[in-house]
Amino acid sequence: MGGYLEGIIAILCINLIFAYGVFLTAASGQLNLGGAGFQALGAYVAGVCSTSLEVPIFISVLAGMLGAGLIGFLISFPVLRTRGVYMVLATFAFALVVSGIILNTDFLGGATGMVVSAYTPVETLIAVTIITIFSMFWLMASRIGLAMRAVHDDDTVSEIMGVNVRGVQVFAFTLGGALAGLSGALYAHHYSFIEAQYFNALLSIFVLLFVLIGGTQTAWGPLIGASFFTLVPELLRLGETEWRYVIFGTLIVIMMIYRPEGIVTRELVHRTITLFGRKPER
Amino acid sequence: MGEPILQISSMTKSFGGLKVLEGVSFDLKPGERFGLIGPNGAGKTTVFNLLSGVYTVDDGSVFLAGQDITNLSIRARIGLGLSRSFQNIRLMPHLSVLENVMMGQHCKTNQIVEMIKPISWMKNNKWRQHALETIKNAGLEVDPDSTVSELPYGVRKKIEVVRALMSNPSVLMLDEPAAGLNSNETAELADFLHGISDSNVTLLLVEHDMNFIHALCEKVAVLNFGSKIFEGTPQEVNRDKAVLEAYLGTSAMEMPGAT
Repeated sequence: MGGYLEGIIAILCINLIFAYGVFLTAASGQLNLGGAGFQALGAYVAGVCSTSLEVPIFISVLAGMLGAGLIGFLISFPVLRTRGVYMVLATFAFALVVSGIILNTDFLGGATGMVVSAYTPVETLIAVTIITIFSMFWLMASRIGLAMRAVHDDDTVSEIMGVNVRGVQVFAFTLGGALAGLSGALYAHHYSFIEAQYFNALLSIFVLLFVLIGGTQTAWGPLIGASFFTLVPELLRLGETEWRYVIFGTLIVIMMIYRPEGIVTRELVHRTITLFGRKPER
Repeated sequence: MGEPILQISSMTKSFGGLKVLEGVSFDLKPGERFGLIGPNGAGKTTVFNLLSGVYTVDDGSVFLAGQDITNLSIRARIGLGLSRSFQNIRLMPHLSVLENVMMGQHCKTNQIVEMIKPISWMKNNKWRQHALETIKNAGLEVDPDSTVSELPYGVRKKIEVVRALMSNPSVLMLDEPAAGLNSNETAELADFLHGISDSNVTLLLVEHDMNFIHALCEKVAVLNFGSKIFEGTPQEVNRDKAVLEAYLGTSAMEMPGAT
């Protein structure tokens, strides 16, 4: 595999797992603009485990994932007391706090970053990504996924239907945090270097855009959104390099106009399945 | 008919300084079809919101099958047999017909094993099949996989009733189920609800359509400005002076039939 292609695949895998982390909260009706904070947590916990504690990569990555998941669980309680734009601000503030702590902790390398001594090859990233995608499709096909989507649409009616709305939201935050942490842990071990500046506000905005542009109603959304955001800028490199971000930005605006609920909606999936001949159930 | 299935005693609710319900009491017997009527703003939907736990009761009590549910959490009530629909359709707009109806089963399927099964991939799943059969038996001629937000009003209204039925409720509360339906659809709905009632489900309806109330209900309570002003049969309600005044003003006393 060529170095350039390998690089694209690696970042695509990391972005896909990361996007599913933010997707889970969005699918249950909350906007998480703290994605980079969770990814940074996963990256640094895993980095410290591999470099300072010298534990096997598998354990380090798992620790990064669980660490970010635990923080996701803990912060979900105060964050879920907020709604709408205030939730966006609360999660955004969380990411800033994480970044600030890392920058001011010498043990973590501060602003100079941290070298991670262990390495994860792209093949491992691909395998973990495939497992993640399959698990997310499974989750969204289950009653948990159904309850998440119901809570997204109407939390009061969901509660009346017997759904533990707070439980669903905490679950989404926890698992979402864990997946973002997993992506960070894989990032740390693939690139062998992490710095707090990478996990910045722009990264949080980008991953939320992956999800919102892709669509929050089905597990296809993050897959399409993250692929679009990762691959299209690279494809545009083939043409006019100076204009590629202008073209990319224009594409995003066009998509938001024509697909305000995301590229892939449940209705689109249903129509596509019907188009390919599956008879509707009667 | 035995002991009441639902007992509402002196239920009171205020929002700030505004008292929207004051000492409302009535009982529903098992299998009864009970209509709750009254002018706009009388407090009918507030009764539903208090019974389903969306609002908390300030004073008074609610007993369901002998159990005090006055301060029970919202989500626990459906599991005890209290289910409802809404005045303004509140289906989940991004879910399919089948998914919306399956949400009505949630209180019966919330064990972890059922929760993690990928039901969308399991065409023969018993819950899925049950939901499909109920949709069919309700006479809903729709593609169960279609998105509800794209369906006609009358169909969505009926889907909401079907969803409320999926939990096998002992008391089904329907908030203006006939509103916005044409006369054929209203007659069909009355037949459908008669069928439900025959299976010993107690019906509590808020409704403005008096023909519908007459066709369906055995008993009626009338609310006005948050107080119950009448309880009796649908035939009696037409002749009650206080009810006519509440609906039409004091000159109604001079109307033929007013007592």
